[in-house]
Amino acid sequence: MKFGIYPGCSLTGSARDYNESVFALAEAFELEFTQIPDWNCCGATAAHNLNKELSLALPARILALAEKNGLDEIIVPCAACYSRLVVTQHELKKDPELKNRISEVIEMDYKGTSRILNVIEWIDKYIIPQLDAKIVNQFRYKVACYYGCLLVRPNKVLNYDRAEDPQTMDIVMTKLGATPIDYPYKTECCGAGFSISRTDIVSKLSGKIIEDAEHRGADAIIVACPMCHSNLDMRRPDINKYWKTEYNIPVIFVTQAIGQ
Amino acid sequence: MARIGVFVCHCGENISATVDCGKVADTIGKLKHVAYSTEYKYMCSDPGQTLIKDAIREHKLTGVVVSACSPRMHEPTFRKACAEGGLNPFLCEMANLREHCSWVHEKNELTTEKAIDIIRTQVEKVKLNSALQPIRVPVTKTSMVIGGGIAGIQAALDIANCGHKVVMVERSPSIGGHMSQLSETFPTLDCSQCILTPRMVEVAQHPNITLYTYAEVESVEGFIGNFKVKIRKKAKSLDEKACTGCGLCTTKCPQKKIPNEFEQGMGMRPAIYVPFPQAVPNRPVIDKEHCTYYIKGKCKVCEIVCPTKAIRFDQPDEILDLEIGAIVVSTGFDIKHADFFPEYGYGKYKDVIDGLQFERLASASGPTAGAILRPSDGQVPKNIVFIACAGSRDPAKGIAYCSKICCMYTAKHAMLYKHKVHEGNAHVFYMDIRSGGKNYDEFVRRAIEEDYVNYIRGRVSTVYERDGKLIVKGVDTLLGAQPVEIVADMVVLATAGVANPGAEELAQKLHVSYDSHKFFAEAHPKLKPVETNTAGIFLAGACQNPKDIPDSVSQASGAAVKVAALFSQNGLTREPLVAFVNRTAPPMYSTCVGCFLCQSVCPYQAIEREDFKTRDGKIIKTVAKINEGLCQGCGTCVALCRSKSIDLYGYSNNQVYAEVVALLNEF
Repeated sequence: MKFGIYPGCSLTGSARDYNESVFALAEAFELEFTQIPDWNCCGATAAHNLNKELSLALPARILALAEKNGLDEIIVPCAACYSRLVVTQHELKKDPELKNRISEVIEMDYKGTSRILNVIEWIDKYIIPQLDAKIVNQFRYKVACYYGCLLVRPNKVLNYDRAEDPQTMDIVMTKLGATPIDYPYKTECCGAGFSISRTDIVSKLSGKIIEDAEHRGADAIIVACPMCHSNLDMRRPDINKYWKTEYNIPVIFVTQAIGQ
Repeated sequence: MARIGVFVCHCGENISATVDCGKVADTIGKLKHVAYSTEYKYMCSDPGQTLIKDAIREHKLTGVVVSACSPRMHEPTFRKACAEGGLNPFLCEMANLREHCSWVHEKNELTTEKAIDIIRTQVEKVKLNSALQPIRVPVTKTSMVIGGGIAGIQAALDIANCGHKVVMVERSPSIGGHMSQLSETFPTLDCSQCILTPRMVEVAQHPNITLYTYAEVESVEGFIGNFKVKIRKKAKSLDEKACTGCGLCTTKCPQKKIPNEFEQGMGMRPAIYVPFPQAVPNRPVIDKEHCTYYIKGKCKVCEIVCPTKAIRFDQPDEILDLEIGAIVVSTGFDIKHADFFPEYGYGKYKDVIDGLQFERLASASGPTAGAILRPSDGQVPKNIVFIACAGSRDPAKGIAYCSKICCMYTAKHAMLYKHKVHEGNAHVFYMDIRSGGKNYDEFVRRAIEEDYVNYIRGRVSTVYERDGKLIVKGVDTLLGAQPVEIVADMVVLATAGVANPGAEELAQKLHVSYDSHKFFAEAHPKLKPVETNTAGIFLAGACQNPKDIPDSVSQASGAAVKVAALFSQNGLTREPLVAFVNRTAPPMYSTCVGCFLCQSVCPYQAIEREDFKTRDGKIIKTVAKINEGLCQGCGTCVALCRSKSIDLYGYSNNQVYAEVVALLNEF
């Protein structure tokens, strides 16, 4: 199988571990990736706060490039990129005039035919069916599956899992042998983009997410988003300082859990 | 030679402010065949009507056009005036100068010209009108009430007390509805069962009421005064005459683990059961889905223990054919259950319950005999949170409306809790308190001020369990959107009131409309709140929209009066504006070729088959025939008829052509 992959900025930077585990997984399961050539920024949170057209044009260019290269299915490991790409596809599908306008802006044909998969969908569709044959160590841990905000929202657009108390990652983790806990902080805010500007807010919010997972006796927090990972993991010293705690529960990507 | 009178109304200033009524009357007066034309400030007033009556006599008018408001407003008024003036009422037409002209245009020449054009079409039409006679339809003076909750009970008793027969059809094994499940009622806190059960008994004993429980409406055909109804009496597996209601079978039934519907799943019941001790009729039914005998083919313990040998395992369902004159629909409502709320745990936490479950907890006849004990471990909750508007007024959940009863019952719940658990804390999260009603707001204030219920204005974002406690996270919008977190032992959701399952199917059987939420639709939101758009079918209670007991009872009495009024006449008169199939001399009989395309498109099932036979009974020809009782005069069949054999009284093809031609011709 050949997929397109859109890494986005974080997978080549702060979430290099995520990137490597996704590729390692693909290799182990004989799935081939083609990086979308000449890809650009998805616009992240900045673009759609400033200019709607720009916020649609950036992802549209990525999707147009994928179409041009014959990539019918694209995997987007970053939850924020995934959200931007799916929202763009949705917006342009419902407004053909806007679609034409965006095609003009990006100076490329855009059809909107590529299927965009997040990492959980990709695992469920292509990894799980062959898992039994390949599995070496069962991941026998108690896990807190943390989805964050963008993996399942906006629900009406994504039409993926349920917005409150999502289940897909729990199901995947169960198939890997793990025991997901009843975890009410699944979609609570981690502080997101305040990671850089207001670490105190990130410390406060992410601290609560970690505290509840620890309190319920989880061995690890499983994530599928580079931003969640950096807030819960990279900002851990700030969190511990803020709450005067010594939390050491690991935060690992769902792809790392499979490769373990 | 036609002699038409035209009467132009100013409607106060509604018409005259933009239309030059004087000019209109003058211009129309010059038309051929217009014998008289005048204007007046209020044509619907007594002097206005007198003007019309006098003109009919004085000018020997053969037709009248009243140029005023919409015919929906005053057509009956003016038709009656014409009749009193000696003219057949169906020779009166209305030109709508108000809604179709003066209200929607500016004051100018063109507006006046349009008014003139509208009148011209009606003058041309009325010339072709024919004198029609109202249709007489007989009335069967037996009514059917569907649903035996408090609304149905009230309607049935009121109709029966007027001396008319009532057939009550109830889906479940007992009448009583949701009201029988309630503990106390607002705003008086009197016991629900104490005021309801005597009424239930009255229904069962009333000589004019025939009660069918465990029965459903199978089909409804016919029309006002003449409905033909099929009722399916589901097999109770019991000879009701032999059964004494001793209850031995229900105590001996080995299957005891079926969630009890009456207790909202908070208790268990056997497979042969009486829903609750005060049930009417107080006779058991066998729940075939759960009965061991019906599942596995052996058991029959109930049959063995029954002292009167009343059990009948092979009893079939029974279909009853009834002739019914009027129908009251009072099928009630349901509520959303806790599993509709992902943010509050999808119903996975045992101590997150809905309002009806709390009613059962608080009820003296409930699973805890009235003690407030939480379902998970039977402990008394020390901290209880009530969440109002769970689902209601939440377009994101698809329920934009207010369920109306929750503010009041939540106040009642909090009060009942405080009366039973003195040291406990009750918190209510609310959006707004909607306590309009006699002594309602006083009741809510009592909860706040005398029973110290903590009212917090704000929504709850999430409820989750941690260390055996329920964490309720919300916001206090009166304290500047301050986040609030309450550690609770039990949470009660005042979930949205919704239409009953099966409401849509029933509405389709009855041919009545329903809204997007599957609540039955009234004929007019203000002036016809108990009628449906199907003549002879009326609404009572919460099947129309969520309602409290007083409102349901009032509406039920209203529906009963409508039924009684219908039955007070020996026959019905209907407007004769119906379709008809033409007749010609034999051997043709009619130009109708009997293709019956009309039958397939008629929305009212009003088209029948008529055979022409020789003297020895041989069929010569079969043609369409309109049932005048059912036909609503929509004209669909007229448009579709390939041989132009059908036409409509009052709106014939020729009349409509005449109107169009009048507009096409230069004036």
